[in-house]
Order: sequence, then structure tokens, then C-alpha cells
Amino acid sequence: MSQGKQEWEQSLDEEVGFDPTADHLLDVRDLHVEFPTDYGVVNAVNGLSYTLDRGETLAILGESGSGKSVSALAVMGIIEKPGRIPKGEVLLHGLDLLKTPSRQLRDIRGERIAMIFQDALTALNPVYSVGWQIAEMYRRHRGTDKKTAYKYAADLMDRVRIPNARNRVNDYPHQFSGGMRQRVMIAMALSLDPEVLIADEPTTALDVTVQAQIMNLLSELQDETGMGLILITHDLGVVAEVCDEVNVMYAGRVMERAPIRRLYAEPAHPYTLGLLHSIPRADRKGQPLDPIPGQPPNLANIPSGCEFHPRCAFAEDICSTDAPPLYDVDGQRQSACHFWEEVLRARSQPTAT
Amino acid sequence: MPAASQQQPEPLLRVENLVKWFPITQGIVFQRHIGDVKAVDGVSFELYPGETVGLVGESGCGKSTVARTLLRLEEYTGGAAYYKGQDIFKLGGSEMRKLRRNIQIIFQDPYASLDPRMTVGDIVMEPWEIHSDVVPKDKRRTRAQELLERVGLNPDYLNRYPHQFSGGQRQRIGVARALALNPEIIICDEPVSALDVSVQAQVMNLLEELQGEFNLSYIFIAHDLSVVRHISDRVGVMYLGKIIEIGDEHQIYEEATHPYTQALLSAVPLPDPTKRETRDRIILEGDLPSPSNPPSGCNFRTRCWKAEERCAEEEPELIDRFGHGHPSACFFAEERAAVL
Repeated sequence: MSQGKQEWEQSLDEEVGFDPTADHLLDVRDLHVEFPTDYGVVNAVNGLSYTLDRGETLAILGESGSGKSVSALAVMGIIEKPGRIPKGEVLLHGLDLLKTPSRQLRDIRGERIAMIFQDALTALNPVYSVGWQIAEMYRRHRGTDKKTAYKYAADLMDRVRIPNARNRVNDYPHQFSGGMRQRVMIAMALSLDPEVLIADEPTTALDVTVQAQIMNLLSELQDETGMGLILITHDLGVVAEVCDEVNVMYAGRVMERAPIRRLYAEPAHPYTLGLLHSIPRADRKGQPLDPIPGQPPNLANIPSGCEFHPRCAFAEDICSTDAPPLYDVDGQRQSACHFWEEVLRARSQPTAT
Repeated sequence: MPAASQQQPEPLLRVENLVKWFPITQGIVFQRHIGDVKAVDGVSFELYPGETVGLVGESGCGKSTVARTLLRLEEYTGGAAYYKGQDIFKLGGSEMRKLRRNIQIIFQDPYASLDPRMTVGDIVMEPWEIHSDVVPKDKRRTRAQELLERVGLNPDYLNRYPHQFSGGQRQRIGVARALALNPEIIICDEPVSALDVSVQAQVMNLLEELQGEFNLSYIFIAHDLSVVRHISDRVGVMYLGKIIEIGDEHQIYEEATHPYTQALLSAVPLPDPTKRETRDRIILEGDLPSPSNPPSGCNFRTRCWKAEERCAEEEPELIDRFGHGHPSACFFAEERAAVL
């Protein structure tokens, strides 16, 4: 099978013109996504940039409405009308997916870049067996006959550790538990050995014990295949367990980007600091939590200057007029805060009791 | 913090062997009873004044059914629940209505639990239509405004509709409604699980403040173990309709003896990347068995690494077998190095 894959890849490379010398596997630059509505234009993503290399796990961390899922849909090229991408580049091996015609994109999607969705029950089609759904993509891309495709589907289900896979190929989604459905989704996403896997809240709907199983499975599969993984989540715990690099998003923009350990040890942005203080911690039981005041902004009416300034304890006049760029903190990480140095100092002091 | 249970020997609420089975039927005209979903199957615990008892467990373990059955939103199948010595399940309609004034509930989904066609004022004032002696008619608006202000909302929002509020604000409306009748017990059924972390912390702070101010007792139901730890004095861990371990916050989180509690705690992702490699994680195999056909003997044995023959034959009682200081429903209960 691996040989077939190579041939297929080569022919695809020639056809679409990937640049083998490109610096990164995936390079997203200044991505913007907007949705015109009756109440004005909703700016869901406002200038998102990141890079992903082979074997790397990148987290996009944010609360609801921060634009994390929409940015993933944009990278996959599945933003539905009236949503549009006014600006930005999504370079896969140097090829801009946003400028690629949709027919060609269909060959790339699934083959090179695949996605897992949050709610496996709605993402799966209830009237087809899971085997059919896993095999469909394989048949469409590889042109094999039904029998081979079904056999391949069973192999995949085995690979994502669905017990008794061979007998369950013909079962329907409702016959599986939540965790098993998510495994089916992962099997579908992996069916063509993608280089980039985007997992959008893959464990949010699951219980902790099952969540641990799924996250384990994802990192094992990543070790096997060397794919780049983008994990989209709101859960600071999940990010801490599996990711190498974190992008913290707020109101469609990256607030802070840092290697995982630095981010948790000494956040350089007030929003990250606020998030970390909001989680209940064992050593601070009996004390009130220290939440971020206020509400996340309305994306049709984002605050001027820094998006976060109405909720920020560090805010001064300049914050409501000048949007901070991503300042470089120490070569490895960036913070979109005018006062990142003060934020760093605040963290190094003992936390208030 | 609320006073510990020692000073007040008389519990406010005592639940004894609560059972709730949902019948499974077959046929349309002649419905044959072919089995039961054993959602709650023998749950006992006590709630003391000013205390918070947390119930944790995975989906389908019956924690929400306990809440609903205690308020008689579901009819009970067996057992008893005594509120100040009075069996809740034996009360007649008018007595039950009186009792509900003292036991209120906050629901999980702030989008589904507020009527979209009622204004916030109507929602908060509705309990006084039934319990009209709580607040006289001419004072209701002012009192509703006070309540809104107390839960952190602008009192002028009385005429707005639920859709004009965010999730966190809606949950505050739910809290105001629960407070309207000055209850003694509030059952919080996953009150913060639908909220973002930053807003979740705001609502949890509010609940804790109100507890001190009005001397409330909470039954706090959630699947998020760190949230439950933060707010609870005592915690019961549920699995397939039973409490399998119960103790104070420290006993459950630091000295857990039941294998399921240990597995659950070790599965919680910790927001601390430095613990990634050092932690001893237990990954459970398989899924929750069906509550309509639970395993014989110990419910958890099908996923347990300690299970022996005895576990399939005999059901372990919820008792303190080895002097750990708190009861655990396992024949092989023992402490394990810190997993959280």
C-alpha cells in the first residue's frame, strides 16, 4: 500500500505543483475570515498566522467565538457562503490552497490534509454504515473496487483500536458509543495518510476516561505516521498534555504564541494569565477564583485598539487606540500586548491570596 | 467556608437507598415491560446545613437523575429521602409544593432552561405566582431587581428577553430564579459545564458568595472533577447508578481507594505541562456498560484491573473495610500514590 501511496503522491505533486523546498509543511499567513450578516460584518478571524512542521503538535486555544474553528474551516477550504476570506494565504508545501481551483483542492483534501470534527454523531451520516463512510473516500481517491475498500476500512478500524472491527464494518453510527464514533471519525481522517490532521475539539463531547483514550490514540498515530497535528480546543488541560506549541486566540487574533512550558510557567499576555487564574486549582481551594471580568466581545463590533482591553487589568489609554502587534518576547514566543514586560513581572511575583 | 458537619449532627437532607428505574417497554398498544434502565440503583448520602456535597461521574452514571428524583421531577422507584425528618416521596401535592420552596434547582443548559418568550422579570417573578406569600405583589418588581443586582446583572434588564444575554449571564438569571423563594437547598445540575473557563469562574465565585450570604446547602453535580473539588466539602463518586466512594474533598482527591476514582482522577488532563511525563496515568479500557444490563457483582469489574472472581459473584458494599477513614465499594480498596 505504501508503494501505491508514493506513486500517487508523485503524480499529485507534478499535477498541482507543490514546492519541495518550502520551509514549512503548512504555513498560514495573515488569514482573515468574515461573515456578512444583517447586523453587520462578523469578523471571525482577523490576521491569523502560524506554521506547522512534520511531527509537530500545535494547539489553537481559545474560548467560544475566538475564531479557532472558523480558521480551521478556512484552512480546509470549506467556509460556506456567505462567509468569505478577504485576505490571507494558506500554503501547503508552498502551494496557496486559497488560490487552488476547487477540483484540484478536492484531490488535496483528505489526501494531504484532513480534519476531525467535534461532534461525531452529527458529522457521520446516519443512513450509511461506518464501513461505507470510511471506504468512500478511499474509493473516490484511489479508485479501488468495493471489496478492497471495505477490507481497507476494516483495517483502519483495527488501527484506531475499535474492538472486533471486522464484524462492525457494517454497523451504523448509532450502534457505536461516543468514544467509538470519534474513533470512526479518526479512521476516516486517516484513511489516505494525510500529512496534516486538524482535530477540532476532538474530545470535548466525551467523558474524561474516554477522552484520555482518544488523546492517547491520536499521539500514538502521530508517532506512527509523523503527521503534523493541529489541535483546536478550549481545554487548558488537554493542551498541556499533548502540545508542543500554543497559539492563544481571542476575538479572531492570536494574543500569545509560545512553546508549551513557557506559556504555562510565565504567560506574557494578560488574557493567558487570566485564563490560567480562572481554572480551579487544588492548592487554592477555599479561596475565590480569579476570573476575567466581563464578557467576550461581539465579533460584529470588536473593541477598538486591543481587542482585550475592556477586560484587561493592565489596560491603559494606548490600548484603546493602538492595536498591539505581536511583540517578540524572547525569540521563541510573541505576545500581542503593549505591556508584556509588566505581565511577565506580575506572574513572577507570588500570586495574590 | 461552610461549617463542617460535626457541629450539626442533624442532616438537612438524608437520602436512603434511592432507586430510580426507567421501564423499557415493547409494543405500541399493549406495552410489555421487558426490562429496566437502572439509572439510580441504591444511592445514600446526607446533606448538612451550609454544606456542599458534590456528585461526580461520567455521563450516564445517574447523577442528574438523582437530582431530578429528589425534586420529584421524576417519580421514585424505591428508597426514601428525608428533608428535616419528612419523607419527600410520601408528601401529597400541596405539601410537596410547599417543600419545593425550600429545595430549588439550577439547570445545566442556560439556553434551554429559560422560556424564550418570557422577560427576565417574568422568569424571576414566576415562583411568586405560586408561592404568593413570599413577596407581596406590590414589592415584587423591586425584589426582582434586587435579585438581579445580587447575581451581578443590571437591574434595569428586567424587561429584556433571554436571547439578549450571553451564556454566563443567562446562568445568572437561573441563579436569581432559584434564589427567589429563599430556599435552603439548591441543587446545581452541571451549572457551569456549558460556560467558557473565564465565565465559569465568575459563576462559581457567585455561587460560593451566595452560599455564605444565605446559608445555602448545595448538591453540586458536575463531571468536571476540578470544579467539583473547588466547591465541595464532601464528594460522592458515582458509577452506573451507585455511589462507589464518598468522603470529604481531601479523602477523595488525595486518598482515593476505589480503582474507578483513581482512574477517573488520573484521566483528568492537568493544566501543567511539567507533569506530563511524571504522572502515573491509568487508561481504562472499553466503555461504560449499559445501565439496563449492568454486570453482575461489582459494576466496575468489567473495566477494572484488580477484578477477581469474587467481584463477579458478590456486590461490594459501600463501607470502610480497611480503616481508610471513608467508605469505598471495593473489596481491594487501597490508596495509591497521588494521581492528580
